[in-house]
Amino acid sequence: MAEKLYMIALSPTMTEGTLARWKIPEGQAFKAGSVLCEVETDKASMDYEAPKDGVLLKVLLAEGGRAAVGDVIGIIGKAGESPDALLAELSRVVAAPPQAGAAPASPASGAGPSPASSAAAPAAPAATVPAPGPSPAASDPGGPAPSSPLARVLAAELGVDIRSLRGTGPGGRVVKRDVEAAAGGRAPAVPGPATRPAAAPVSAQATPVPRAPSGEQTVRTEPVAGKRAVIARRLSESFFTAPHYYLKRTVDAERLLALRESLADPEGRKPSINALLAKLAAAALARHPAVNAGWKDEGAGKAAVEYRSRADVGLAVALPDGLITPVVRDCGSKGIARIDEEMAALIAKAKGPGLAPEEYTGATFTITNLGGFGVEEFTAIINPPGSAILAVGAALAEPVAMPDGTVAVRKRMRLTLGCDHRVIDGAVGAAFLRDLAGLIEEPGRALA
Amino acid sequence: MAVITYREALNRALDEELARDDRVLLMGEGVGECDGAYKVSKGVLAKYGPNRVLDTPITELGFTGLGVGAAMAGLRPVVEWMTHNFALLALDQVVNEAAKMRYMSGGQFSVPVVFRGPNGPAEYLASQHSQALESYWVHVPGLKVVAPATPADAYGLLKSAIRDDDPVVMLEAEMMYGLKGEVPDGEFLVPIGKAEVRRPGTDVTLVTYSKPLWTVLEAAEELARQGFSAEVLDLRTLRPLDEEAIFASVRKTNRCVVVTESWPQASVASHVAHLVSRNCFDRLDAPVELVSGEDVPMPYNHALELAAQPNVPKVVAAARRVLYAEE
Repeated sequence: MAEKLYMIALSPTMTEGTLARWKIPEGQAFKAGSVLCEVETDKASMDYEAPKDGVLLKVLLAEGGRAAVGDVIGIIGKAGESPDALLAELSRVVAAPPQAGAAPASPASGAGPSPASSAAAPAAPAATVPAPGPSPAASDPGGPAPSSPLARVLAAELGVDIRSLRGTGPGGRVVKRDVEAAAGGRAPAVPGPATRPAAAPVSAQATPVPRAPSGEQTVRTEPVAGKRAVIARRLSESFFTAPHYYLKRTVDAERLLALRESLADPEGRKPSINALLAKLAAAALARHPAVNAGWKDEGAGKAAVEYRSRADVGLAVALPDGLITPVVRDCGSKGIARIDEEMAALIAKAKGPGLAPEEYTGATFTITNLGGFGVEEFTAIINPPGSAILAVGAALAEPVAMPDGTVAVRKRMRLTLGCDHRVIDGAVGAAFLRDLAGLIEEPGRALA
Repeated sequence: MAVITYREALNRALDEELARDDRVLLMGEGVGECDGAYKVSKGVLAKYGPNRVLDTPITELGFTGLGVGAAMAGLRPVVEWMTHNFALLALDQVVNEAAKMRYMSGGQFSVPVVFRGPNGPAEYLASQHSQALESYWVHVPGLKVVAPATPADAYGLLKSAIRDDDPVVMLEAEMMYGLKGEVPDGEFLVPIGKAEVRRPGTDVTLVTYSKPLWTVLEAAEELARQGFSAEVLDLRTLRPLDEEAIFASVRKTNRCVVVTESWPQASVASHVAHLVSRNCFDRLDAPVELVSGEDVPMPYNHALELAAQPNVPKVVAAARRVLYAEE
């Protein structure tokens, strides 16, 4: 018997998800445990595994669309079964918001690459259990937008195109506050069909160049969701709650670079500078446990500082649609080759299928390196639950006054250590940075 | 202005009307010698004598019919039912005689009678004696139905009911007889068919009447603490309904919750919800919500008895639903 495929909670805190991609096309059979689709949650991109054997009879949530946990995202069943009865039921349950960007009056589905834009979120029909609060739009293909009578009247009065709104009422119902927000310029609006031709596939990443006469300002509004929203929230939380301060130091990188050359394998592959820095940072953290610590709010005005025995070093990695911080665990007890290997594997996974939450959370210390962009020095925002982040600039050749009074040309790097003052006082951070600089200039000391 | 009880307000109205018009008489079980089951008619027998204040046998159909006949013959009787639960026995006289007489006699007879007594649950009275039966009366064209929630309205509406030329059913409540409130010292009438805004507000309209008014006012206070401005509309008269007052409020707030202690089906609340959706459709931002007595015979167990009635959390939750502010 055909049945509804619901958006499920793929992480404990997930309340809604963005459908990143369907892994099988409509009509194809799947086995229990195989991946039906990838869902971007508040934390990560997760695999949605098939609960049983079956056939994907109908896709109801197009790629890029959002759905609340409990919303229907597709219909599954046995080969040859028809989804029509369920589709009819779903269309009765919930009226639909408009599908901006999708072909008018056509099911949100369309197999495979959908014309739906990520922003427009032609979402699942039928929240059979209406999600409280801002709910992703439910869609009844071809039906009118669900909206309160007052919302419709207000929209007409205020000149708001109600079909362009995303409702915050039950089942995506557009209610008074949605129309007022739109009229007030704080619209939860999604681009309407006019700006998103139905036929044109729009990728989530692409930044279309507006075709406007030169000199005319045009504005495109992209709702923030998924990864972008998580990044924004986390960084804001860190920057606005942890009192940041920064320590700068220039280090001589000659020996570090020489060490890197000497570690080349027979094929000439060398470990990355970041792997070397992770190892040296772990060595410095072992000498300064106060830096390998984190602030912990325990509620009711109480807080604690957590001291960690292991140096789990995160590395900020840029992705086309954001950034992520894969973590190499226990860098103190691992060799440089192993750290380099694990780091490379995590970076590849982050840029490909995506990391699992346990692979990018819980860094006790973080390194971010913009040297590759020619940046000489910069400051960074601390990556909780760590309390310090090391921003590494480019290794640049420059004239240096040597201890013997001569001037030499040496490759040097600027390090900027960002610290959470609640955990790390200035002198503590400075002592750590001094020792880290010493290790970078004399890497052999890490072995001591 | 005196602060008196609901019971005293009714007594004052009865006393004044008996004194004002000698066609007015009071009849019912124990209204004379016993001052009435709830002491509403205290002292009137001594003052007006047994020709004006009649103790009747325990036979609701009989003395209700006596009242209808007396009214047709030119008197203005006030018939006290010990409670509306017992008035079910008198349905035929009220529905088929009192309510129909003006129409079926082509206007030759009017029936200026008042039927009054406590309605709705009190406490520990079990399912047969804890009923809110207003739907039985409100259902019937030819009747007027009033449901005062304050001593002042009890006074003013009883006087208006006695002076009305058509049959009026009055809903009181055992739990309200001791309720105190300000009642102006001078004589006044409260017009039949006029609702009253008890608390002005902007975000949601809470429509109610009779005893639940006090629950609803508490709920409005709680909603205010939660940041929502509720308008409380006391219907006061259930038939004819002050529809314009309801619509005016809902058109302002865009949201409506109706609160009644009667059962939900075919209730005053369901009718108000229908009127609102019919007449305020384009001003509604959410479906109208009902908070009613639960759809069960009243349990005797006291915890269940309380749970079966509207209360502050139920009203607040319903208001938050129409405000799209569910927790």
